[in-house]
Amino acid sequence: MLIANSLINIAVKSIFIDNMIFSVFLGMCSYLAVSKKVSTAFGLGMAVIFVLGFTVPLNWAIEKFFLNPGAMEWISPSFATLDLSFLSFIVFISVIAAFTQLTEMAVEKLSPALYSTLGIFLPLIAVNCSILGGALFMSQKGFTNVGEPIVYGLGSGIGWMIAIVALAAIREKLKYSDVPAPLKGLGITFIIVGLMAFGFLSFMGFELK
Amino acid sequence: MNKLKEVLHRLRPEFNKGGKYEKLRSTFDAIDTFLFVPGHTTHGGTHIKDGIDLKRTMFTVVIAMIPALLFGIWNVGYQHFRALGIESTLLENMIEGSIVVLPIVAVSYIVGLAVEFIFAQIRGHQVNEGFLVTGMLIPLCLPPSIPLWMVGVATAFTVVVCKEVFGGTGMNLLNPALTARVFLFFAYPAYMAGEYLSNGDFLWVAANRNDAVDGFSGATSLSLYGEGKVATASMWEMFVGLEQGSIGETSVLAILIGALILILTGIGSWRIIASVFIGGFAMGLMMNSLNSGLHLNNIYMAANPLSHLLMGGFAFGAVYMATDPVSAAQTNIGKIYYGLLIGAFTVILRVWNPAYPEGMMLAILLFNVLAPLIDYFVIDSNKKRRLARVK
Repeated sequence: MLIANSLINIAVKSIFIDNMIFSVFLGMCSYLAVSKKVSTAFGLGMAVIFVLGFTVPLNWAIEKFFLNPGAMEWISPSFATLDLSFLSFIVFISVIAAFTQLTEMAVEKLSPALYSTLGIFLPLIAVNCSILGGALFMSQKGFTNVGEPIVYGLGSGIGWMIAIVALAAIREKLKYSDVPAPLKGLGITFIIVGLMAFGFLSFMGFELK
Repeated sequence: MNKLKEVLHRLRPEFNKGGKYEKLRSTFDAIDTFLFVPGHTTHGGTHIKDGIDLKRTMFTVVIAMIPALLFGIWNVGYQHFRALGIESTLLENMIEGSIVVLPIVAVSYIVGLAVEFIFAQIRGHQVNEGFLVTGMLIPLCLPPSIPLWMVGVATAFTVVVCKEVFGGTGMNLLNPALTARVFLFFAYPAYMAGEYLSNGDFLWVAANRNDAVDGFSGATSLSLYGEGKVATASMWEMFVGLEQGSIGETSVLAILIGALILILTGIGSWRIIASVFIGGFAMGLMMNSLNSGLHLNNIYMAANPLSHLLMGGFAFGAVYMATDPVSAAQTNIGKIYYGLLIGAFTVILRVWNPAYPEGMMLAILLFNVLAPLIDYFVIDSNKKRRLARVK
């Protein structure tokens, strides 16, 4: 009961309250670039969920069993003083890059149409700051069991997907409006994202018991 | 009046294409159509059933807001004299209320229309009647103690950022009046939130805060619930509106008269209004059963679901804000989902988010943001159903 409670808490927090886009503004480049159509945005959102859902727990395990100070004691007692945490950035990013490669191959095989519309932004998930951000937030939060990083990774991904799909729907509708010329394109999109963050402010301060 | 008409008629050629004041044409047009019924009718667009145009639509909404405005003015006066402990007549209440409320309305209209005129002038648009509604909604959803300069700042912000950058009336993403309120709420929280009201040194009617009667509590039903107490106002008082709150939101009765006007003229969507109320009521019931099922003893969760519909800005938001035809969902099925979600989410926010005792404005804003997505899914499922029928 207690674990289920804390998992629900983490899920709600990562999807809505600490939303990757509206609360910490991570992963903005692909967020702005691939949000012109709902279907493509949905595809990229799924890819982000997939990558975050796997890399966060994987990175959590690597950190717990290899990188933290004294973490490798389980191999041999002589490693008790070994501290590899300075490697965390490089390890995290290589895990992410490997996973992105895998996702790319899977998407190319399963949905060539989506693969061609996502174009460069699919391999660029590897350097999407929300993915590395997810891993780094994870290491700050001090999760204790494997369920928590899984829920956290999936939740962050779902939050990112909701944000990008909502923006894509707005931009599809916005095609018909008469935006002043200097603001066309990215300018108005930035304003929209700001106004959307207004709406998402409602989640700030939620208390879950 | 006839003389004025002649003057305008004589001046018209100067403002037409090639005339001396060609650049000021939209200003001239706006003044002309504001004073007199224009000779031309709307052409193009979706005006099929009836000759109704933007002007009539917007004026109907303004008329539907008059009961709430009049009651608001009266209530400001009534609460003022109650705070002072003086018996007062209807007329005295109205006069005192007008002194407080009318300047707010005036500032909102003057600032908003000035910005609209400037934009119309620069971009070569026509000034249209959209702001008449927004300019009336802004004062109605603000507390009467608000400083006038804040009203001006919020109005200018909302007209520029929320409306004109998207291309003016009919294009906005969020409801402009609501954005003005939320802007003030986050920019100057102390003036908008309940804390100033409930600790007694910032009374609802700001002008006379020093000579208020001792023991007079300025707290609204919502802020009492937010502090974990049961509201003192009875259900009937909440319904009629004999309590404190933003100018136009207190009286559910006056708002329902407005709702009747909106629904009968077909301008406000009954789907949205009904589903917001149903959603709020259902979520209130769910909170009740959650509370008793899990033995949480949370007073706010145990609140009568009906009182959620009567407290604060729930009815006001449901009738005037959520029904905004531009920022709401556009499809009929989408409107129902949109309304249900707003109602339910408002109650969730009120009960579980102690940062915002009033959830209505943020719930509407959030679903303004998500409304295009709701429409997308409704249309998408329609397409799938029809395709399946063809196969």
